[in-house]
Amino acid sequence: MAKERFEFTTGLKKKLYLVAIIGFVLLLVSAIFPGGGHEAATGDHEGTEQHDAGASDDHETNASEDHSGGDSDAHGGMVSDESGEGHEAGAADNGGWLKRLGVNLWINNVYFVGLGLIGIFFFTLQYASQAGWSTYLLRVPLAMGSWLPYAFVLMIATFFIFGHDIFHWTHSDLYNKFLPNGDLNTHFDALIAGKSSYFFLPLEGGSFPVFFVLRMTLFFGAWYFLFKKIKSLAMAEDELGGDSYWFKMRKFSAIFLVVFAVTSSIAAWDWIMSIDVHWFSTMFGWYVFASWWVTGLAFITLVTILLKEAGYLSQVTANHLHDLGKFIFAFSIFWTYIWFSQFLLIYYANIPEESVYFVERLLSDKYAPFFFINLIMNFLFPLLTFMTRDAKRLNVFLKIVCIVVLAGHWIDFYLMVTPGTMGENGAFGLTEIGLFLVFGVAFVFVTLSALSKSALVAKNHPMYEEAKHHHI
Amino acid sequence: MSDSRNFVLGVFDDEDVLLSAVRKVRGAGVKIDEVYSPFPVHGLDDELGYKRSRLPIAAFMFGILGTSLALTMQYWMLGVDWPMIIGGKDFTPLPDFIPVTFELTVLLAAFGMVGTFLVSSDLKPWKDPKMLDLRITDDKHIMAIDLGKNKSMDAQTINGVLKDSGAVEVNDKEVED
Repeated sequence: MAKERFEFTTGLKKKLYLVAIIGFVLLLVSAIFPGGGHEAATGDHEGTEQHDAGASDDHETNASEDHSGGDSDAHGGMVSDESGEGHEAGAADNGGWLKRLGVNLWINNVYFVGLGLIGIFFFTLQYASQAGWSTYLLRVPLAMGSWLPYAFVLMIATFFIFGHDIFHWTHSDLYNKFLPNGDLNTHFDALIAGKSSYFFLPLEGGSFPVFFVLRMTLFFGAWYFLFKKIKSLAMAEDELGGDSYWFKMRKFSAIFLVVFAVTSSIAAWDWIMSIDVHWFSTMFGWYVFASWWVTGLAFITLVTILLKEAGYLSQVTANHLHDLGKFIFAFSIFWTYIWFSQFLLIYYANIPEESVYFVERLLSDKYAPFFFINLIMNFLFPLLTFMTRDAKRLNVFLKIVCIVVLAGHWIDFYLMVTPGTMGENGAFGLTEIGLFLVFGVAFVFVTLSALSKSALVAKNHPMYEEAKHHHI
Repeated sequence: MSDSRNFVLGVFDDEDVLLSAVRKVRGAGVKIDEVYSPFPVHGLDDELGYKRSRLPIAAFMFGILGTSLALTMQYWMLGVDWPMIIGGKDFTPLPDFIPVTFELTVLLAAFGMVGTFLVSSDLKPWKDPKMLDLRITDDKHIMAIDLGKNKSMDAQTINGVLKDSGAVEVNDKEVED
């Protein structure tokens, strides 16, 4: 007997609350005993300076000559601005742990926005490509999209509360060459000032980031509008049937895919790449998308398996899971391919303004271990585990790989955000784990309650029969 | 010396009938030598009880061979035989080797897999294919049953089983080995 509707039981809710409470307790403990990063910071600091000097010696001189107008301040250059003394002083001012909290909020925001978006992306992709195999599990990704409004509120709030901690470019003193009294502004940064219109248009650099906030609002608005449209069509199909809804959904899916192609890339520049505001990479949009996509696939697979094991989705067989497994396998390799393409070009050309990104990560005692853990968890592990056919068909392997991939890509985002914001004060501890748990529970809660509001399988989907005979 | 094998051929003109026939014939205890069909019939492998191909293992081995070959080659060339400084890197920088390593892994895995397939299927250009019935290249499915492998049954019984399971005709055929 298959249950047609997912029942979000109080027992399950209680379990989720428990995990959230554990998360909050971890956060509280780490707020009371921040430990970790700070004491060690001064010791590690010299190490970074040496690495920096080794890798981008010429550049730093250039930067201070060209852009800072003979600025004698050592941290006028690119490298030390991110990880050097200026920031450490800042960290002390606004409380080290609060800053760490803000940075973590941002990591989780970006990570879970990605999950929600990939839910819609997966759904729309199936319609645009007229895929039939995924019919039974499509409600899971659709439910993930319900996170978007919450994500928007959280993201905007985090940006306004912790913006200065996360984004160096939000500081208003970087944009004017001269101080009001006519003296040279030692904080002036010509490179950031040159990019000011990208954030502040139509206002002056250093004021309210109109263009940035407008973009964020527009993106969320567009995503949410299309999501709502597609979801209402899916619900109408449940009620009335017929294939006209499928055609309409395919149309809106195609529109979403085009919108998503552009916006996901720009969102990646806005939300992550602008943290390392001097640095740029033309691969970055793809890189973030690849990371989001494989994370989303892992989440969809994990939820599908757990639902199946709980007695739902009896129509989903090992054949459907096999396809999901192949997706995770393939896109883990795709992620690595993108990651390596970005790394190899920067490493090989060794242009200081580009290589600083990897200097901060690879040559840092703090982040180098994560750098390799990232590759092991997100490439080697899925590659070797999912290589055989059986591994992609057995729930236990699928679950293990999904969990590793979900955690691994969190570390990927951690590595994108933390070095540029915390510098060598970054840490990995209870704060990180606690906040991830809290966010995770919130996301799962929203997803599951959205899932419980409609039938688990679209019974009027025109490809219902095709999915039934899916066999690989 | 020329051995010959005696076949009973069941001719089917519908793949759904064929699938159920395979089930029935095997259920009656008859060992099927091979089923020939003009196009891939979905689920036929499972019905025939074939074990899964071990070709992926061969592909993996050849891939590993490609990986190690590429790394060894580049290490030996640029690290031992003729060390050169390129782009200010070490003599043997691992990231620089990855693209070539990737390509050779794919190349050897692909070639190795095709080669293994050809050898294991005994496909070679000078092979003289034994066509049990020319209509398998057109619109008929042929279920071949080797009488030598079904010693416990006589041809008459097998004929009956085939007829019962929906064969449009049943033929005898002797093939020189």
